[in-house]
Amino acid sequence: MADKNEILAGLAEIVNEETGLEVEEVQSEKSFTEDLDIDSISMMTIVVNAEEKFDVKIPDEEVKNLTTVGDAVDFIANAQG
Amino acid sequence: MTVALNQPTAVAGTRVMGLGAYRPELVIDNEQICQWIDSSDEWIQKRTGIKTRRRAPRDVSVVDMAEGAAREALEHAGISGDQLGGVILATVTHPYATPSAAADLAHRLGATPAAAFDISAACAGYCYGIGQADAMVRSGLSSYVLVVGVEKLSDFIDNHERTISFLLGDGAGAAIIGPAEAPGISPSILGSNGEKWEAVAMDSTLLNFRDALARARETQDATELLDAENRYWPTLRQDGPTVFRWAVWEMAKVAQQALDAAGITAEDLVAFVPHQANMRIIDEMVKQLKLPEHVMVGRDIVDAGNTSAASIPLAMHRLLKENPELSGGLALQIGFGAGLVYGAQVIRLP
Repeated sequence: MADKNEILAGLAEIVNEETGLEVEEVQSEKSFTEDLDIDSISMMTIVVNAEEKFDVKIPDEEVKNLTTVGDAVDFIANAQG
Repeated sequence: MTVALNQPTAVAGTRVMGLGAYRPELVIDNEQICQWIDSSDEWIQKRTGIKTRRRAPRDVSVVDMAEGAAREALEHAGISGDQLGGVILATVTHPYATPSAAADLAHRLGATPAAAFDISAACAGYCYGIGQADAMVRSGLSSYVLVVGVEKLSDFIDNHERTISFLLGDGAGAAIIGPAEAPGISPSILGSNGEKWEAVAMDSTLLNFRDALARARETQDATELLDAENRYWPTLRQDGPTVFRWAVWEMAKVAQQALDAAGITAEDLVAFVPHQANMRIIDEMVKQLKLPEHVMVGRDIVDAGNTSAASIPLAMHRLLKENPELSGGLALQIGFGAGLVYGAQVIRLP
């Protein structure tokens, strides 16, 4: 099980792979759409890769609630429980 | 006393004998789309891979397009309409609930009295049709069967909505299935997931449209009339991210099942022809399936848009036209869409 810092670092790697954004840019308070310019299709690729990496399930209906990187980190941390 | 029944004698194998295509004349580029939605050519290409889509004029029907594709497929297969024992037409845009488009098409082709019926399996319709035709020929029920995937989606879109309309085009693709000494069509993997029934769907029904028109007539209210036209004529909508996720990761599994059922691996393929839903779905599927470099991928969506049931035969027809050396090789085809439903099989290219 990963702590929140590890989840953030792992998520940043996934975002980097999908979008080419530098990992340093992927910070908790950043909004996926507003700040990082990630569209809904790229978001799904990130979500599926995060599911695999952290061994959690992120249902479609939850994805809409993941506004910021921090939201995703919290969701993954809770899902790992 | 028990009376014995006759049953047809099964044939050893089936194959796709010929392909045909019909691409309607109107070319709609992204600039034109941007007159209806706030977007740009660059945005649409980046998000979907689409540069243009074809659309049929008002006076060209689903059956007209199907006939164009079917005649070329018959010629390619070297048979005539009267040799057909079955006509299967996959569409969701034939505007009559009954009679079927297939019966009209069979008549036009001189295929009377071939069995004729339509299939409603949206973007998987063509693969459902190939599975059905394979079964009909292999069981000895029919000698030759025509399968057409055809859509006039432009009749059921709202140009001003942003989830799906700008992706969609019209067209028809056709295949002739006949007997073969060696197997040329693998076991079909067909399935559905009705839990996601609303993920791609019409936003209204014809009954809603009728009732809205009746209300407008009663009230003589111009707003009601506009409402009836704009809100209640059924047009397509989709939940793009949900469909994308299902299409890539679930359909990659189905594609693998089709390869396993065929008893081959991706190495044995010469072509991969997925439903042309969105270039990003195609690219991600190719990645998930780890297709070898030598496998050519159907990418007709760039010029044709998403034509639902017609997209696989149109893409395959083009791939063969541009790369005739692929003839005789194995192609994996997979359709997926509203239902949600899916169908996949490996075929030997004619």
